[in-house]
Amino acid sequence: MTDYSIRPIPQFDRAIIAGAGMAFVVFGLLPMFGSALVVDKLTMLFIYIILAVTWNLLAGYAGLVSVGHQAFVGLGAYMMLRMVEAGVPPFIAIVAGGAVIALIAWPMAAFVLRLRAGEFAIAMWVLAETIRSLVMLDPYIQGETGRSLVVLNAYDPDMRRNTIYLMALVLAGAVIVISYRLLHGRLGGETQAIRDDEEAAGSVGVSTFRVKRIIFVLSAVGCALAGTLWLASAITFQPRTAFGIQWSVFMLFMVLVGGLGSILGPILGAVLFMTLQVIFGDFGVWYLAGLGIVAMLFALHVPRGIVGLLSEKMGREPITMQKLLNPKRT
Amino acid sequence: MNSPDLQSHLVARRLRKSYGSLKALDDVSFHVGKGEAVGIVGPNGAGKTTLFGALAGSFPVSGGQITFAGDDITHDPAETRCAMGIARTYQVPRPFLGMTVFENVMVAARAGGGLSAAPATDHAAKILEQTGLFALANTPAAALGLLDRKRLEVARALATSPDIILLDEIGGGLTEAELVQLIALIQSLKDNGMTIVWIEHILHALIKVIDRLVCMAEGRVLAAGDPNAVMQNADVRRAYLGSTPE
Repeated sequence: MTDYSIRPIPQFDRAIIAGAGMAFVVFGLLPMFGSALVVDKLTMLFIYIILAVTWNLLAGYAGLVSVGHQAFVGLGAYMMLRMVEAGVPPFIAIVAGGAVIALIAWPMAAFVLRLRAGEFAIAMWVLAETIRSLVMLDPYIQGETGRSLVVLNAYDPDMRRNTIYLMALVLAGAVIVISYRLLHGRLGGETQAIRDDEEAAGSVGVSTFRVKRIIFVLSAVGCALAGTLWLASAITFQPRTAFGIQWSVFMLFMVLVGGLGSILGPILGAVLFMTLQVIFGDFGVWYLAGLGIVAMLFALHVPRGIVGLLSEKMGREPITMQKLLNPKRT
Repeated sequence: MNSPDLQSHLVARRLRKSYGSLKALDDVSFHVGKGEAVGIVGPNGAGKTTLFGALAGSFPVSGGQITFAGDDITHDPAETRCAMGIARTYQVPRPFLGMTVFENVMVAARAGGGLSAAPATDHAAKILEQTGLFALANTPAAALGLLDRKRLEVARALATSPDIILLDEIGGGLTEAELVQLIALIQSLKDNGMTIVWIEHILHALIKVIDRLVCMAEGRVLAAGDPNAVMQNADVRRAYLGSTPE
């Protein structure tokens, strides 16, 4: 028998969650009537959502800012390529290639998580470049040239497009739900405590290394899944693109513009990023300059991102991870 | 004075901690018995807070040994010591600024106290009542003033359900009325069997609760034992009060 309770999820938030559930179903049915172009663009959007949610889990909640998570995007794609070469069916390799990255990230955590703040960020970048160089040594990858996932050409183009689309949708949904559940539980409080003050977190009993390692491995797998999905839709694997710093720039952009350390922020950031890409993508270099300008404007005028703006309007953060104590005795 | 024996709860033997050439702890031996309340006084830079850091596992010591309930914990990390029942507060409060007061206490109740969600909520709420923070439960910790931050330090430490609590200058800056409440709180903890080690400059508050007093200066223990006897000690008066007994 307990005397106190945690305040239930507000009505408005429940409505948003229900709306998201319905959107998920509508997106699931979309390949039946959407054009090939729309399906392709939405696949990319789901990949961006996976990247943004994942990076936010790491940087926004655990305070581990990495500019080297392209290492896992590239590794996921590479692993998929290798698995398919070994005879694994490509659609299974999308998931397996991502999941297997956990086995690499787990031991890697023992080294990189000993570093703090800026050291960690830079070490991750160095690791990403090192891993890219190693992958380029694999004769199968042919150095700079890369390799294509030619087996995918054996499938009917519509069937292939729609399958990858649906997998991206389901994986993006899974990444969102898993991070939401995770942050609502004990681990959510512990990661935020570490972000705010690692020593004090240890003093109140948080196993700081264990918690950071779990978040690090999850973020690696998230990025790797984005990598396999991206390879499946792009077909061509080139080490400089797969391990390129642009992935980190995208993740930074989406999370900072959407709202660091909120559950809704990275999703909104990914939608905005995709929209900008669709509208300005044909302007070449100007598109990148435009992204830079948007990022600067947000940094100067909306430092807490879109979710920060919404919170000011509503007087509270929508879909907050905050747990409030119900003052009423039950 | 008796030497530390097996009855003692937390025992530190010949602890050393150096920062470069500075000896923050220079051969410090310290012990506290189960259910005992020990006060620590000493001028600034005496090594009091460093001793707490060493006992709670906030950093590795340069030498010496620490045992708790007979187990050697010298090399255990802070979270293990917390789980065993050692909790500390920080002299300069270190709340989790991105979280509410309730969430701060909740993390401690779940991680350190090992409680699952529902009992942790209950436990956290009761501790917030006990420490006078209940009305501020849903306030962001970043919005708290210094006094409430100090209360939160105590609340968070208590939430881990400790056997022994290390209190670091939690009385400083309180009004006389608040101090009376604080003394009552600590006395009630002691009455419930909690072991207390309390660093405090406000001697008259300390004297009301403690069984034994330790005076430190320049990384060493100057004197330890009956509070009044320690305060009459010539070395203590010279180092701490800047005067000699008449």
